[in-house]
Amino acid sequence: MESQSVVVRFAGDSGDGVQLIGTQFVAATALAGNDFATFPDYPAEIRAPAGTTFGVSAYQIHLGARPITTAGDAPHVLVAFNPAALKVNLPLIADGALIVLNIDSFTSRGLAKAGYEKDPRQSGALDGYQLIEVDITKHTLEATAPFGLSKSDAGRCKNFWALGLVQWMFNRDVATIEDWIGKKFAKDATIRDANLAALRAGHAYGETAELTAAVPHVGTGTAQFPPGEYRGVRGSEALALGLAAAGELADKPIMFCSYPITPASPLLHQLARWGNLGIGTFQAEDEIAAVCAAIGASFGGAIGITSSSGPGIALKTEAIGLAMNAELPLVVVDSQRGGPSTGLPTKTEQSDLYQAVYGRNADAPLPVLAARSPSDCFEVAIEAVRIAVRHMTPVILLTDGYLANAAEPWRLPNVDEIPRITVNAPPTGVTGEAVPAAIFNRDPETLGRPWVAPGMPNLMYRVGGLEKDLRTGNISYDAENHQAMTDLRAAKVASVAKFIPPQKVEIGPERGSLAVVGWGSTYGAIYQAVRAMSAKERVSHIHIRYLSPFPSNLGDLLRGFDRILVPEMNMGQLATLLRDKLGVETIQFNKVTGQPFLISELVQKIRSVLGAKPVVRAVQGERA
Amino acid sequence: MSAQLQAKDFASSQEVRWCPGCGDYAVLKSVTKMLADVGAVPEKTVFVSGIGCSSRFPYYLETYGFHTIHGRAPAIATGLKLANPELDVWVVTGDGDGLSIGGNHLLHALRRNVGFKILLFNNEIYGLTKGQYSPTSRPGTRSPSTPGGSFDTPISPGAFAIGAGAKFIARAIDVDKVGLGAVLESAHGFDGASFVEIYQNCIVYNDGVFNSFTERENAANAQLRVEHGKPLVFGVDGSKGLAFDVKTLALKVVDAKASPSDVLVHDETNRTLAQLLVTMAQPEFPVALGVILRQPGQSFEKAFYARQPAKLTRTAKVADVMRQTSVWRVPAVK
Repeated sequence: MESQSVVVRFAGDSGDGVQLIGTQFVAATALAGNDFATFPDYPAEIRAPAGTTFGVSAYQIHLGARPITTAGDAPHVLVAFNPAALKVNLPLIADGALIVLNIDSFTSRGLAKAGYEKDPRQSGALDGYQLIEVDITKHTLEATAPFGLSKSDAGRCKNFWALGLVQWMFNRDVATIEDWIGKKFAKDATIRDANLAALRAGHAYGETAELTAAVPHVGTGTAQFPPGEYRGVRGSEALALGLAAAGELADKPIMFCSYPITPASPLLHQLARWGNLGIGTFQAEDEIAAVCAAIGASFGGAIGITSSSGPGIALKTEAIGLAMNAELPLVVVDSQRGGPSTGLPTKTEQSDLYQAVYGRNADAPLPVLAARSPSDCFEVAIEAVRIAVRHMTPVILLTDGYLANAAEPWRLPNVDEIPRITVNAPPTGVTGEAVPAAIFNRDPETLGRPWVAPGMPNLMYRVGGLEKDLRTGNISYDAENHQAMTDLRAAKVASVAKFIPPQKVEIGPERGSLAVVGWGSTYGAIYQAVRAMSAKERVSHIHIRYLSPFPSNLGDLLRGFDRILVPEMNMGQLATLLRDKLGVETIQFNKVTGQPFLISELVQKIRSVLGAKPVVRAVQGERA
Repeated sequence: MSAQLQAKDFASSQEVRWCPGCGDYAVLKSVTKMLADVGAVPEKTVFVSGIGCSSRFPYYLETYGFHTIHGRAPAIATGLKLANPELDVWVVTGDGDGLSIGGNHLLHALRRNVGFKILLFNNEIYGLTKGQYSPTSRPGTRSPSTPGGSFDTPISPGAFAIGAGAKFIARAIDVDKVGLGAVLESAHGFDGASFVEIYQNCIVYNDGVFNSFTERENAANAQLRVEHGKPLVFGVDGSKGLAFDVKTLALKVVDAKASPSDVLVHDETNRTLAQLLVTMAQPEFPVALGVILRQPGQSFEKAFYARQPAKLTRTAKVADVMRQTSVWRVPAVK
């Protein structure tokens, strides 16, 4: 059986090391020349009680010989370390999928903890699937016996045993994983050797046990990829590299100030290792201190960046207004998660768009961008910094829990070919009374002011959150001036549209019967769903990176379609924004289950929309 | 720098807008004088403030200034100090700004020992919002929000600073040019977070709240001016002294003339003594003024840059770092 692509899902207890073998399977996949996309799906509890359904952690990989843009709909292979993992994941997997079960855990106690009244192997629940039942724990203990580990330590090697078996199933050796284990456990030879032994034993088991199950084999082939250098990258890594690159392109230091929060913390962890890239990191006492420290750094001439998730962004809101009023650059990264309040910390959602675009006191617009895939985070990070320093404004960059943790192959860019980021130079040759006016002498195109920082001689100035005089920056309570400053802040954000590329159509005609319009991490699923449509159905995919302001051609582009479908992992926030800013009515397709869209559900929705009679849309004039 | 700058050179052109008779005027004067005396470089000096009457301070100084948001000045100053540790950074805050809405940031700035000076203007009242009681107001304070008198226990700024792990704690009175000037100079010279509590009279909403020790006739018996290595004496002609009662583990007032050997000698590096001094309360005890604690230690920014190339310079290229993982090459199709 040869497929274009296969979806594999590893599932077990939070402490089973599922995420670890998932990432190692991905590394091996990359080296085999396959395209891939991943979806780590883990619970909020760090170590929930073992064997329970709410403690199940999973890692899904979609690999293929054709371009892969999503982590896949229904898994074809499920490796379940215990009954709970089977119970949680069984509803997700494809008909006829191959299930590798660790049967050591299928004891009456294990089944009871998972809430199974009967053993699913006997109840008929697994009819129609191919089953490989292996005593993974037992085999692991045997393989690691020579190393004298305790039973619990030895049992912990079972994830590598399973990975060895899966590597065999996909006709791969274990050499690269051996290298990785050698490095990872270099400090503890016993643990290293035990894991190596488990890995090799799992692989050998596949060879000698003559498993009869039909493993879906994926053709390898690199012809799909444009030539170049590639690596696997998670969204948080690409974002970190993008921020680092932006600092290099601007030739400015970066101060990244953050407070730990799921799922944003990986960005802090990554950047904390990169002092050599001109990046300082500061773990603040709270979300407010984090954004304030970033603003302080920007005032001091470094590029201030802060990062959080929805609840933390809410706390930062007042300070973002300060950066706006003081006309300082600031990048705020929002890794969105399910909400409101604490919500679903580890599950993905796109529900902070309102917060990003509208969520501040007073008339306080700012530019908002969203990344659409793990590798896209690199480019969007550079764009966010570029806009922040060009216009001297805070910028919000939206990513989400899915993007932060998902991985895909990334064709490495040539950093030298990326346009430099120009910083607004401080004024020269001014003294005395002329200084304040020179500091607030804004560029007529960008309305960005010169970036003046303490330490620069003869340019001492005072700025703050109070309304200031348009020309001198001194405190002003003047009525006309406040109107002028409010107009200026709006015009500044609007001016960003002059510098961004026009909105393009990802796939499909420029005018047609249906535009499927998305933003953020739904990119892959929408792209594949639209690709599945025939040309005569005239369906197009439009994906918006610049959400505030919109590209100036977006309104006209959307009016070229009979209908607009907006799938979002929220209750219709982009739909609202399109109506508000462009007067465009859309058909909403909303999902807030904490899980990404499946291609199949999008295809179904598109078909149902195409089958319905076109609605006459009220198209109003474009609103500013 | 040509001629030595004078106090007036540090005053900005902005019209000062505090109430006539406000203690802030005196503090501003002492600060500009101190800046001149220590030879501060205007372009390397930054005043960062939060919100409140005292937080208008930066506008009145010919240095860099950032008037930020309520309570957050220490957090902003931390980012600024990390971005450029060469700057001479001052944080101006008040009892509401620093101990109520911004208490968390003050706590962490002090325990980290970030190298800026914190001037906390304590007037025991909210002035800018028109007279509500503050976290340092004494129980029973009648205000628009506590018409029947406040009933919560106030916080002692000095005790707060000790608890937070501050390494420099000093106190002065707004109109006391000599005392305040000396304290400001000491704070300026400290490498780390220096915390200065200034008793500042709010003439409109809390006039005279500190009279019990600031008025000339009360000063001798109600003020204890501490000096490192000198006996802790006060009263007319230093007739009274502080001694330690080992039975109660507390300070007591003794006759300094009768039993001089019982009188404690001020040791500004002694945290235990500092704790006792900042918590002394009238009328039993005088109010301690001057440098109460000075414990040199590594500043936060020094520790930060011990782990980081100086000035956040780059020693590696992103193009190389992005390749420090498994990289594979897809050849061009012929």
